[in-house]
Amino acid sequence: MTILQVAALAAVAVGGGAVVLSPDPLRQVIVLGIFGLALTMLFFVFQDPDVALSEIVVSTVGLPVMVLLALRKVKEHERQREEQKPGKQT
Amino acid sequence: MSRRGRLSLFAVAGGGLAAVLVIGFTGLPNFGDYHGVYGRVIDGIGVTLRHGTDLITLLNFDVRAFDTLGEEFILFASVLGIVLILRELRGERQEPQREEAEEHSLGGASSVLRALALILVPGLVAVGVYIVVHGQITPGGGFQGGVILATAPLGAFLAGRYLRMKAIAPHLVIEFGEVLGAVGYALLGLSGLVFAGIFLKNYIPLGISGHLLSGGQLDVASVFVGLEVSGAFLIAWTQFLDQAMLLKGDRQ
Repeated sequence: MTILQVAALAAVAVGGGAVVLSPDPLRQVIVLGIFGLALTMLFFVFQDPDVALSEIVVSTVGLPVMVLLALRKVKEHERQREEQKPGKQT
Repeated sequence: MSRRGRLSLFAVAGGGLAAVLVIGFTGLPNFGDYHGVYGRVIDGIGVTLRHGTDLITLLNFDVRAFDTLGEEFILFASVLGIVLILRELRGERQEPQREEAEEHSLGGASSVLRALALILVPGLVAVGVYIVVHGQITPGGGFQGGVILATAPLGAFLAGRYLRMKAIAPHLVIEFGEVLGAVGYALLGLSGLVFAGIFLKNYIPLGISGHLLSGGQLDVASVFVGLEVSGAFLIAWTQFLDQAMLLKGDRQ
């Protein structure tokens, strides 16, 4: 095993833990993107450029777009519900 | 269940999993010490019999092309599910947000960033097409190129013009592309059945190894999968974007 491979494995281990431990979903998405980049490096140094190519696009663009838009929709819902609550009481 | 009960249950399950993992990992061959037969066979026949220099694409679109057919329809079905769940419901309406969506501003995005996002669009298209059509020669192929192609219209969205993004990637065209990709791959397999007697048999002339048009069906399958994948991702993203940008209203 080369030093690069050990470094990539360590980065994935640290990144995976960081994703789980991030408290705020919004920040979690960003950390997830960085974790995806670490995974891409892992696949690349273990000589699998095909999977690395898929991983880099899916993890840095594909997944974050969906999660971010879903978060925006959820926040909008919460705001609407809070606006409606006082109206019903009066 | 109390916290202690849950923790003790986790300790039993976690300990069991750890034991099984340790037993499994100790039985693995050493790092870099590969003994499989399958990989060596693919290594041997890839370039000589199939004229494809990227063995992963060869595996996906020729040797195990039937698996790829299944995967493609898994993607198709999951996107169908997203469309079904996120459709416009009664009680939801496209708000006067339309104007906001036309010129929505992403918080903190400078005009330089927005211009850069627009400049990226043609580059992404070029890279995507390159990776799709060179699948059999260099790393990449239908899936990788397709996802890159799908990100191109997102550049227009990041530049602050969602409705413009819908204009350069109209819904009908995306849907047609996705269906064409899925149906095309299945028809490619059927044509093998008709012309060579075996489903997904690579009967197309193989060409010269390393050239753009080589590997027989590898290139054709790659293009179909690229269409399907880029269409699938774009449909999913536009459904999410519609929900976040255009639709307002409460679901009861």
